[in-house]
Amino acid sequence: MQEHTQLGQKQINEDLLKGVLTVPKWWLPAVAFLGLVVLTGLGAFFYMVYHGLGVTGLNRPVMWGFFIANFVFWIGISHAGIMISAILRLTQADWRRPITRAAEVMTVFSLIAALHTPLMHVGRPWRVLYWILPYDFSRGIWPNIRSPFVWDPSAVGTYLIASSLFVFVCLLPDIAILRDRAKKPIVKKIYAQLALGFRGTPRQWKLQIVAGILLSALVLPVFVSVHSIVSWDFAVLIGVEGWHSTIFAPYFIIGAIHSGVSAVAMLMALSVWLYGLDKYIKPDHFDAIGRLLIIVATTWFFFFFLEWVYALYTLESPELALRELQAFQWPYAPLFVLFIVTAFVIPVPMWLFKKVRRSAALMFFTTILVNIGMWLERFLIIIPGLVRRTHMTFDWGTYHPSIIEILIVVETFAFVALGMLLFAKVLPLIPLFDIKEGMVNRRLIKVGRRVIPATIREGLPHHYYEKKH
Amino acid sequence: MVDSNKWGMVVDVDRCTGCQGCVVACQSENNIPINLEEHFNQRRAIQWIRIERYWEGEYPDVKARFIPIMCQHCGNAPCEPVCPVYATYHNNEGLNVQVYNRCIGTRFCANGCPYHVRFFNFWEPEWPESLKNQLNPDVTVRSRGIMEKCSFCVQRIQRSTRESERDNEVLEDGDRGLNPACVNACASNALIFGNFNDPDSTVSKMKEDAMQEGGRGYRLMENLGTDTNVIYLKKVDGSVEVTHGY
Repeated sequence: MQEHTQLGQKQINEDLLKGVLTVPKWWLPAVAFLGLVVLTGLGAFFYMVYHGLGVTGLNRPVMWGFFIANFVFWIGISHAGIMISAILRLTQADWRRPITRAAEVMTVFSLIAALHTPLMHVGRPWRVLYWILPYDFSRGIWPNIRSPFVWDPSAVGTYLIASSLFVFVCLLPDIAILRDRAKKPIVKKIYAQLALGFRGTPRQWKLQIVAGILLSALVLPVFVSVHSIVSWDFAVLIGVEGWHSTIFAPYFIIGAIHSGVSAVAMLMALSVWLYGLDKYIKPDHFDAIGRLLIIVATTWFFFFFLEWVYALYTLESPELALRELQAFQWPYAPLFVLFIVTAFVIPVPMWLFKKVRRSAALMFFTTILVNIGMWLERFLIIIPGLVRRTHMTFDWGTYHPSIIEILIVVETFAFVALGMLLFAKVLPLIPLFDIKEGMVNRRLIKVGRRVIPATIREGLPHHYYEKKH
Repeated sequence: MVDSNKWGMVVDVDRCTGCQGCVVACQSENNIPINLEEHFNQRRAIQWIRIERYWEGEYPDVKARFIPIMCQHCGNAPCEPVCPVYATYHNNEGLNVQVYNRCIGTRFCANGCPYHVRFFNFWEPEWPESLKNQLNPDVTVRSRGIMEKCSFCVQRIQRSTRESERDNEVLEDGDRGLNPACVNACASNALIFGNFNDPDSTVSKMKEDAMQEGGRGYRLMENLGTDTNVIYLKKVDGSVEVTHGY
């Protein structure tokens, strides 16, 4: 049940290209600030490469820390794109239209941000290509395909390529519009190259739509594989009790959707505020994503509960010691409480109220909470998992992140924000043609005495058809 | 003489006095950087073999227990399948070997090792000028950013096999040129090294004797199914009845 405002094509073009054709006042300072943060992070990275990983807080036994937690977090965020654009596209949910591109673009940037940290955290980053490419042809040594670290780049790489292609295919009609509107010849030339000669002929439209549907269908396996494989980075290790769990793959996937869809709701609120797109992203859209989030969050919480049940059910002493560390010992206990409260206890009951779901500000607040909680979730899996009290008391250790690690983690957040802002300056963040398609589908036509919508694609309420327009 | 070797070690915890002789021997044989106090405080010290000291009992009846722990050279090693670049793999002599040149330092193996015997070079290793000439030419000096661990002194195994083949001699069990540095340095013979594939070797006999019902033998964290090549022999105690052998 969605309220609907019919807008003319001209107005859609004007509204949605405003961010591209003009420069908002806050844009330049924001980009400058984020650029500075990214540069600081890169500086920290090169400092780390120059001096060695000794500048981090990592030690024995905590060989992975902030970097890997951050990696898992960003891969989780990247599930937004596939959830919104592929699944909602294939199920023909009409409310997806204004947010598909923002979600997909965020997917691309968050995947790149996710790739930052594992590449940066290795001991010899300059040799990292050997990791992914065949190591040495002359000696016949290939990457070890038994290692989840070889599955990782293939899954993430597939996802990155598919998402980039998807973004690009969906951009073609909009780039063509920009090409026609560009004033400077050089800008026009660039857009013309990017548009691949898209002129809006029926054949081109057909190919564009078929490509979009194919890509969203083909990318579906990735929906399951990417985060499963990320979870196997942990689950394959028999020696780490907290990680060695068969429920990790579905648990990680549902957690990824939880944080990803929340991030999309954040993006929606931000685009309403920053670009004034309240005509396109309406309370209805927030309502729809809020309903989706209730389901996702509750499922996630169920898996989280199961993970604990399975762990405690074994009654093995290392497992119990780990759980005690995670939930009851300083400094993890307050973080654990914060994680549960922010990821589930505050947001989900709030989403049950329609007023909350329909308010951009409250949705922004709750989804920010979810993402704080989900970052902590990854932290609480990875670090206490390694800090755990093993049988061998000589190897007990703890972990404090160094300033370098914190700077690099902050850098990934700034990187994604910067990428989104730059993208919004060059290309529209809301797909023009998709919105127009929605408008055309809902256009009312007269058949005899009746006035009915041009196409019926989604369950509109009965009275919509009955009403005399 | 047997066709293939399966190197392994027997550690008699009862004989270990905790003197740390093996640790020092290993340190100098394998070009391990000097572990300064700051390295220990950062928990980044590198000790391919370490003596763990545990206190047992309540004061005044306290006993110190020592257990030397080195790479267990697992037959079914958790560290091997997770390395993306084959920097660690199982060779055909039962050794879990580390190829420094391939290692890119993901530290996946170190997280996977339940014995915590894999060490990461967080800093570029440094030696005082006076010690540079004592570096062992047979062992690579590792750079920063890679993993390292006990190799059972693979350089000594290689050298003695090569030399015995050259001279057409049979490699003797317990040969001092073959033994790892820690074994040679152990004053109380707590460490015994040899070939588990050779039924006549000391380690084979000890293993056979110790691993039978009621014997003193055990493997570290056997429940993980790592199938280690290091057999430990329990401390002999008044309270523990031993029916067999060593």
